[in-house]
Amino acid sequence: MKGIIENFDLFAPKLVDKEEFYASGHRACQGCGEALAIRLMAKALGKDTVVANATGCMEVTATPYPTTAWKLPWVHVAFPNAASVGAGVSAALKTLRKKGKIADRDIKVVSIGGDGGSLDIGFQAISGAMERGTNMIYIVYDNEAYMNTGIQRSSGTPYGASTTTRPAGKVSVGNTTWKKNAAEIMVAHRVPYVATACHSYPFDFMNKVKKARKVDGPAFIHCLAVCPTGWRVPSDACIKFGRLAVETGVFPLYEVENGKYSMSLEVPKKLRPIEDYIKPQGRFRHLKPDEIEIFKGMAMTEYNKVLERCKHSKPWSEMKS
Amino acid sequence: MAAAEAVALCRPDVIAAYPITPNTHIPEHLADIVAEGHLDCEYIAVESEHSALSACTGASAAGARVFTATSSQGLLYMYEIVPIVPSMRLPVIMCLGNRAISGPINIWNDHSDYMCVRDLGWIAMFSSNGQETIDMCIQAFKIGEHADVMLPVLVNLDGFQLTHVVEAMMMPDQEEVDKFLPPRKPYAALHPDNVVSMGTLGLPDIYCEAKKANDEALINSKKVILEVWKEWEQMFGRKYEPIMSYKADDADVLMLAMGSMGETAQVAIDRLRKEGFKAGLLDLKLYRPFPAEELKKALKGCKNLIVIDRAVMSGGPAAPFCAEVKSVMFDEPERPVITNQIIGLGGRDVRVEDFMKMFKDAAAAKPERAYEIFGVRG
Repeated sequence: MKGIIENFDLFAPKLVDKEEFYASGHRACQGCGEALAIRLMAKALGKDTVVANATGCMEVTATPYPTTAWKLPWVHVAFPNAASVGAGVSAALKTLRKKGKIADRDIKVVSIGGDGGSLDIGFQAISGAMERGTNMIYIVYDNEAYMNTGIQRSSGTPYGASTTTRPAGKVSVGNTTWKKNAAEIMVAHRVPYVATACHSYPFDFMNKVKKARKVDGPAFIHCLAVCPTGWRVPSDACIKFGRLAVETGVFPLYEVENGKYSMSLEVPKKLRPIEDYIKPQGRFRHLKPDEIEIFKGMAMTEYNKVLERCKHSKPWSEMKS
Repeated sequence: MAAAEAVALCRPDVIAAYPITPNTHIPEHLADIVAEGHLDCEYIAVESEHSALSACTGASAAGARVFTATSSQGLLYMYEIVPIVPSMRLPVIMCLGNRAISGPINIWNDHSDYMCVRDLGWIAMFSSNGQETIDMCIQAFKIGEHADVMLPVLVNLDGFQLTHVVEAMMMPDQEEVDKFLPPRKPYAALHPDNVVSMGTLGLPDIYCEAKKANDEALINSKKVILEVWKEWEQMFGRKYEPIMSYKADDADVLMLAMGSMGETAQVAIDRLRKEGFKAGLLDLKLYRPFPAEELKKALKGCKNLIVIDRAVMSGGPAAPFCAEVKSVMFDEPERPVITNQIIGLGGRDVRVEDFMKMFKDAAAAKPERAYEIFGVRG
């Protein structure tokens, strides 16, 4: 995997479909990781896909009427309901196909939303759709705050990040809690395919999307999406910070297939120092050494939890007896 | 249950609903019909009303015929999605078992739930009895899915009075309904063979136009509603008009009402007429689009009118229905004296004698206040 990433320019034309389903010309910020991830997702999914989009950056920037960046059938209804809109589309396609009202072809429904629209306000709808076994992929593009409305804290915001509703101040460290572990909650919903991903590892992400597409049932991908605007980093550093998040163990990439956890990348003997990730980011600029230690402690607890699960978890099918 | 049978005859593709009293047994019975294999339909037992209407919106966008039902707090929980459905020009048919809104929490009938959504772009009908409920359920699909309409339709039926009524009804058979209601032909649907973006962002340069287009679509739907009702009458022999009347022609005092209370008022009118008191009833069947012209015509020559409301417009100049009636009549050269009675809130019983008293009071003196809550204590 590492070799491919470093020689991306060499491999990309041969490994990635040239056809675009998410066109250029949308109004996302320069260096937007979320827009890149969606472009890759659309390529991985291909033509026979319907997208249900929660309100958020990706909806606002891609479809100001009468323009649209989408070359896939796309629907947006509101902020908290991408999962239930997608569930409705999925049900409709299933029954219309069965009744012969549309062509007899497998069309996948993918619901997408940001961390606010998914992990906070849309969480009930996701829980319902996943628990009911809806044939649908849900992908959360987590840029770790409500970026569309101006960098407010969400349950995806990590410890110590300064946001406009949890700002750093004389008596405030910024956000005081660690990110909601959405993947683990989805595993608890018995979702057969759950994965974390990041646009800075494009082949890994696209392979995960393709795997999710093959599931005849629910699948969930938690994709870290760097937001240069909200993270207060240069717009040309988007890919770099995605990779740093993974290399420092802050956002481990893994898959959970029918309950069995596995790391997506080779686990290094020694992780890169977390300071490499934190220090260049404006949102963490205020953190003092002791606060950085708290950040490390929280991040490593989560990281080690995943490692433990990779070692000891078994597929559900082995737990019957 | 009859409403569920009627909906099943319409062959919906997707039903998404969440339980709430008093409408619950409509989706419950539909779930039974699906479970027994009598209806080929995806039934989504969603985790909330918000998701019920969201799933219906998604399914309708994908070209399916869809149905949901709710009441009161359920409608308020899905409120965010209610105005989006007509703005996307998606037919979704919803039975609203009218129930008072909290608080205090109350499961019984009035129209306060519907009044919260009256201005959000849905076609809305009010049924007065079980027969009208099943007829309107079937009509609603034909109207909402019509190429010149493409709007969601609400069928209002009074909670308990109509959701739990036992009465003899004429149920159309499958062949008749198939003849009346052809399969849905969506204008656009979410499918890779015909790529569309639905529910896009309306910036200030287009929002006004979008709203005007929506308003016109709702106003213009009346033409189709009247056509569909005429066709219904020809096929099934039961007549529907935006405003139906009962002994209204020579009445000295007219009452304007909607829903099941009108039937009680008719009994009161018969008794009053035996006493020599000329009372009459106008029964509104179509609330949106509001039948202003029909109302003006029906009130021509009327000197004394009682408008019956089943909801309070808190802090407003009158109760909601009456405020609209007054607005329609303001420019008329001759206007009746209007008494606004708010009755039967939260399931409070209104008896035949009560209606008789309302008629007699209206005939005796002009109203002292803009509106009264009839029979309220304290």
